[in-house]
Amino acid sequence: MQRGSGDITRRFGGLIAVVALLAIWELASLLLRSVALPSPLEVCVSLFKMGDTLLIHLLASALRVVYALSLALSLAVPLGLLSKEKQVDRLLSPIIYLLYPIPHIVLLPLIIMIFGIGEASKVFMIAMIVFFQILVTTRDASKSISEYYIYSLRSLGASKMDVYKHVIFPACLPKVMTALRISVGTSIAVLFFVESIATSKGLGYLILDCWSRMDFAAMYAAMLTMAALGFALYMTLEKVEKKLCRWVYL
Amino acid sequence: MLEVMRLRKVYEDGTEALREVSFSVGEGETCSIIGPSGCGKTTLLLILAGLLKPTAGEVWLNGERITGPRREMALILQDFGLFPWKTVYENVALGLKLRGCEDRDFVLELLRRLGLAGFEQHYPKQLSGGMQQRVAIARALALRPKILLCDEPFSSLDALTRESMQNFMLELWHSGVTFVLVTHNIEEAVFLGRKIVVLSRRPAEVVKILENPRAGDPLYRSEEDFFEKCREVRGILRDVLEG
Ligand SMILES: Nc1ncnc2c1ncn2[C@@H]1O[C@H](COP(=O)(O)OP(=O)(O)O)[C@@H](O)[C@H]1O
Ligand SMILES: [Mg+2]
Repeated sequence: MQRGSGDITRRFGGLIAVVALLAIWELASLLLRSVALPSPLEVCVSLFKMGDTLLIHLLASALRVVYALSLALSLAVPLGLLSKEKQVDRLLSPIIYLLYPIPHIVLLPLIIMIFGIGEASKVFMIAMIVFFQILVTTRDASKSISEYYIYSLRSLGASKMDVYKHVIFPACLPKVMTALRISVGTSIAVLFFVESIATSKGLGYLILDCWSRMDFAAMYAAMLTMAALGFALYMTLEKVEKKLCRWVYL
Repeated sequence: MLEVMRLRKVYEDGTEALREVSFSVGEGETCSIIGPSGCGKTTLLLILAGLLKPTAGEVWLNGERITGPRREMALILQDFGLFPWKTVYENVALGLKLRGCEDRDFVLELLRRLGLAGFEQHYPKQLSGGMQQRVAIARALALRPKILLCDEPFSSLDALTRESMQNFMLELWHSGVTFVLVTHNIEEAVFLGRKIVVLSRRPAEVVKILENPRAGDPLYRSEEDFFEKCREVRGILRDVLEG
């Protein structure tokens, strides 16, 4: 009996959750009877009507997030891993302590001044926030690696580079991947913010644009697309993590 | 011939781990190092392996001073020896790979000899404690070392697995490998070490060096001499702990 119900949640858990959410949504829109909360069906219709427009905006947003995540990752991971070196950490940790707690989003005016109002400042803004999230996690991970792993490798005749390749990098990888996954949520939130300023492309722009036109069905369609973007990135990263860190999930 | 001369080790934070440790191990000999836990045994072994710099004193191997890891020495550490992110095969082949001479057949043969055939693609986490320890030994042996340094290699194993691993160590010794074994287990020290170095509490000093020529015989374990020797070592250790 118990096993049966376990099977059901395993197989249909996702489906049940989606249906439940849609039902709550439908119910709420029926009860509220407000234009600000259209029914799921209306939103669905407008989702298909918008088709290509939606895709163009989705593509613009997706590129910004992917560029930003790649930029942040490629800077934060090496720096975080190198924190295993005492000299590097002594330089880096004061910088992190000073800069990490600042709400970086307030720096947007400064960033726009430096990078202009084009793509660069948007990508940079997202990357900067995510950079700190990944850096702090990677640094903590690399600092907590047992010295004995390193002794063990060096006794096999390993060079300094080998230590990074065979111990420090693989030991930190699961934490890096987790940080990256978490930063997908952050980056979508920041994306919405940066796309609300000086652009005519992107889902964030589309949402605000629809809102100002009071086209609520289209607005919800854009919001759903944004959520789907986050979901797709998250799931992809989870797949990659399972593949790269097989040893964690045995 | 491994010569340990007046080693002293004070860690950066001021912890004095070794005060003065001297002893020597002849080629083809076996040596057990026993002492209370926390006295500095692992520290001593890391220095012998050339991984840690002593504050004072020297280690010499066959007339050469040890200043870094050496090809003819292999090290087996207690808990962090195996890399959880590498498979059994990758773990064992790693030393050869780092030296640019990966030899697949040799590694597979070694795994077979240690009863690990069929587990090449498993990760350490998927193996029992005894098997993990054999993987660690296989990895050390893959480098064909002349001297094996072991840090309490069998402390986490159950009694029977432990005995069979000890017998395996004797076979290794008979095949010409010198080993230095750190342990806090009296029976293990007496069964395996033809020389037994007893260390004091931290900071470690050599309290006594016992000759134990009967070690190396698998039957020694059940003989009266063996129990007599264990009693002797136990007495010395008790004095160490009380004094
Ligand atoms: N890197 C280190 N820095 C400071 N103290 C250390 C370090 N490594 C070990 N110690 C200390 O040195 C002493 C001896 O440690 P260890 O050699 O591991 O002892 P044993 O192996 O005999 O249990 C312990 O008090 C331990 O806390
Ligand atoms: Mg120890």
